[in-house]
Amino acid sequence: MINKTIASTTHSNARRISTTEAPWVQWTLIGLALGFMALFLVMPLLAVFVEALRKGGEAYLEALKEPDAWAAIRLTLIIAGIAVPLNLVFGIAASWCIAKYEFKGKAFLTTLVDLPFSVSPVVAGLIYVLVFGAQGWLGPWLAQHDIKIIFALPGMVLATVFVTFPFIARELIPLMQSQGNEEEQAAIVLGASGWQTFWYVTLPNMKWGLIYGVILCNARAMGEFGAVSVVSGHIRGQTNTMPLHVEVLYNEYQSVAAFAVASLLALLALVTLVIKSVAEWQHERELKAAAELPPERPRDEIPRPHLA
Amino acid sequence: MSSRKVLPGFNLTLGYTVFYLCLIVLIPLSALVFKTLNLTFDQFWAAISSPRVVASYQLTFGASLLAASVNVLFGLLVAWVLVRYDFPGKKVADALVDLPFALPTAVAGIALTALLAGNGWIGQFLEPMGIELAFKPGGVVVALIFIGLPFVVRTVQPVLEDTEKELEEAATCLGATRWQTFGLVIFPAIAPALLTGFAMAFARAIGEYGSVIFIAGNMPMVSEITPLIIIGKLEQYDYAGATAVALMMLIISFVLLLLINALQAWQRQRSGAGA
Repeated sequence: MINKTIASTTHSNARRISTTEAPWVQWTLIGLALGFMALFLVMPLLAVFVEALRKGGEAYLEALKEPDAWAAIRLTLIIAGIAVPLNLVFGIAASWCIAKYEFKGKAFLTTLVDLPFSVSPVVAGLIYVLVFGAQGWLGPWLAQHDIKIIFALPGMVLATVFVTFPFIARELIPLMQSQGNEEEQAAIVLGASGWQTFWYVTLPNMKWGLIYGVILCNARAMGEFGAVSVVSGHIRGQTNTMPLHVEVLYNEYQSVAAFAVASLLALLALVTLVIKSVAEWQHERELKAAAELPPERPRDEIPRPHLA
Repeated sequence: MSSRKVLPGFNLTLGYTVFYLCLIVLIPLSALVFKTLNLTFDQFWAAISSPRVVASYQLTFGASLLAASVNVLFGLLVAWVLVRYDFPGKKVADALVDLPFALPTAVAGIALTALLAGNGWIGQFLEPMGIELAFKPGGVVVALIFIGLPFVVRTVQPVLEDTEKELEEAATCLGATRWQTFGLVIFPAIAPALLTGFAMAFARAIGEYGSVIFIAGNMPMVSEITPLIIIGKLEQYDYAGATAVALMMLIISFVLLLLINALQAWQRQRSGAGA
């Protein structure tokens, strides 16, 4: 503040000095940014619902009542229901060992955890075909024992687990790193067991990061297209997930039906964004509340002084 | 376990992490390498250098580069507006940035196609001007811009929030114009984050499949992306060819991942030195 007053007195009054832009520049930039977002984000979203309702509400509901659509919805829920918990357990284990300890090769391990993010979904599907497919490593053995993995549910679950692999771990690792070990160490010193420490100290601290990671992981698991497409086999009513069913309908020129199923996925995306934003705001509020407490009373557990 | 590790569970969690990583990621990925080793070098070279495949590299890399560049420009703009200015609906706009993460790629693909087709909301205005995007390589770029936007915004945003206002005030006091302050003070601080965002958007764009295939038209030599080449070879039971092209893509992903890691380390160093 002092600097600013000095500056404005030493400079001529004709030139206004400030550390922000003139209002017209601000509003032009805001307009440009919002225009870009409207064009690239809002319009596609709107288009899904408008196309789905093009022939009225009845045609929309009719498209969703179809047994193949129901089979696709059920399959998508089953796959996400298996893949997300698997990656949840992994995410917690990985973040615990990476964030709470120092060991050799930690940076390398973190890179490997991130690896599935940069692998193309099509390559992710292909690698499971190479392991479990008819020509793959385990193909002959699986055929002998009559176990189907590729072009069946297990393969689709595996491909989904692969593409959503880092989601939860990646949210939790930086969060747990920033929180440090002190609270857990205090719990252990006070006689808590490892599990008690995890349940009563670590889990409440990482609650918002966990919700955030699970919700994004779930959105990707339900929406995955490329990887699942490679291992699915595209059997209608049996191995088509919702995104694959959208593709089939779209290629058959059943536009309304395709967009009707797509609109359910778009709703899922919107719900995901709402939950994610609420989790973020809640987390920020808690951080702010903790920061505003006096340093010698960092937590709510300490009874506050009466303001009488 | 060393005596410094007070917390229990290190062996259990590290063991499970490594086990699960091997089972889901490393062993299947190694299958790709071993299967490629079954090919002679000539077979491998023929698979990855046929004209149709080379044309797909050009499209995939060109479109990804273009899309990531557009994302850097508009991603910086969106991040800047969200961090620095106040306007009605800011929270909604902020939440909406993540839409491409949450919206399934197939849905994005058919929605963008519907918008850009000759009779679509946007396409009907572009077509009289001679601009055709749907079922053309231009459509690929549009889809990749959609996919990559959040990467740039979400890497630049926190860095922009952390830049010290004092530095800008000092620059202003020393007589810098707003442009000079941006170019000489703010931009160098956010440059590593911008580069990281660019690399992430680019890496994602190279592998992208779902949103692109609906809008590309998928004409061999013209608008066929590399992941689609792999699918095409698989459908013709050309496993060797598919594996060879996939290995190429995997190597590129690896290089990009290492690059992104190096960039992030640089960024941390920068912000650490600045604090």
